Amino acid sequence: MSEAYFPVASGALGPEENFLSLDDILTSQEKLPVRTETALPRLGAFFVERGAGAEPDSALPQGSKLELPLWLAKGLFDNKRRILSVELPKIYQEGWRTVFSADANVVDLHKMGPHFYGFGSQLLHFDSPENVDISQSLLQTFIGRFRRIMDSSQNAYNEDTSALVSRLDEMERGLFQTGQKGLNDFQCWEKGQASQITASSLVQNYKKRKFTVMED
Amino acid sequence: MFCEKAVELIRELHRAPDGQLPAFNEDGIRQVLEEMKALYEQNQSDVLPSGGSHPLPPYALLVRCSLFVLFFFLRYDRLLRIRALRWEYGSILPSTIQFHMSAEEMEWFNHYKKSLATYMRSLGGDEGLDITQDMKPPKSLYIEVRCLKDYGEFEVDDGTSILLKKNSQHFLPRWKCEQLIRQGVLEHVLS
Repeated sequence: MSEAYFPVASGALGPEENFLSLDDILTSQEKLPVRTETALPRLGAFFVERGAGAEPDSALPQGSKLELPLWLAKGLFDNKRRILSVELPKIYQEGWRTVFSADANVVDLHKMGPHFYGFGSQLLHFDSPENVDISQSLLQTFIGRFRRIMDSSQNAYNEDTSALVSRLDEMERGLFQTGQKGLNDFQCWEKGQASQITASSLVQNYKKRKFTVMED
Repeated sequence: MFCEKAVELIRELHRAPDGQLPAFNEDGIRQVLEEMKALYEQNQSDVLPSGGSHPLPPYALLVRCSLFVLFFFLRYDRLLRIRALRWEYGSILPSTIQFHMSAEEMEWFNHYKKSLATYMRSLGGDEGLDITQDMKPPKSLYIEVRCLKDYGEFEVDDGTSILLKKNSQHFLPRWKCEQLIRQGVLEHVLS
């Protein structure tokens, strides 16, 4: 990673997402199935496939099922649940929770929604009765998988790691990369290269790109 | 409708590896701005007739707010990357990178350069202190370097000039070479 670029870190695992974090923006763009509890005026035109009229003023009827991005669902959700009710995505429901508790390592979390932990943590905002179980499941899944991530990141030196990271979600990949960086820095120090001035990786990458542009 | 265009631009940034700066997508930004404007106008017409408090939070307002967030983020993250360029590349950017920046971003970069230079001059007494040097603790005053490509004449402190040709090796003062090593012209050789 470029040494001078410090992107804003994700806050999705905490109480609120970080406004300026790239990861959080992508996490909250993921869709969530919801049901409208009241009629939403003037939105009928946006969701024509729900059977509402196509005129701009038609309302979206109560009880329609939609898929909204997380940020929108959070904004419209109200404690008294007048506007929306949220359905938990399959992966956070009872069935999958059992799978995770059996063996968390076999699941391909990248396919299940690349931001499994972040999205799951933000899902707790919707006051579902299963919140306690969901948070336990998230935690236990992470604990179950962590050992393998740590081991593989500390022992894969100078090799192709794509097979190791293919089933990890984005947060786990970040952890893996941090582990790799630590390993590489240590090896570099052991070889006595720590004091060697190097071309910044940014520079090297730009050079490579320039090469391909010229070849086109 | 769910800010897909703006998110597409953000994914572009996300895909750029290692904090590189992708080209400034002027078309994309313009489309996002138009979407914001359209939603704002639509929202105005929604709010004004009903007068008093709207029973539901205006949906269009929410969408517009996130467009603002996304838009701001695009700018902000790009500026973070441009700032990284000053530290990694030095004060003169190659034309390939400049091509990827908009006019305002270039202006921002120049302002940042000036602020950094003013700050550095204010440190360490009369001469100032170049904090972009010595990013790793130095072990010696002079270092062995090998040239990676033809660079031309290079003047050393005592007035003599050295010809930097590909694969030639030289023993030079550290502070003169550091910039060139970071730019990939020279290579630091460890004995």
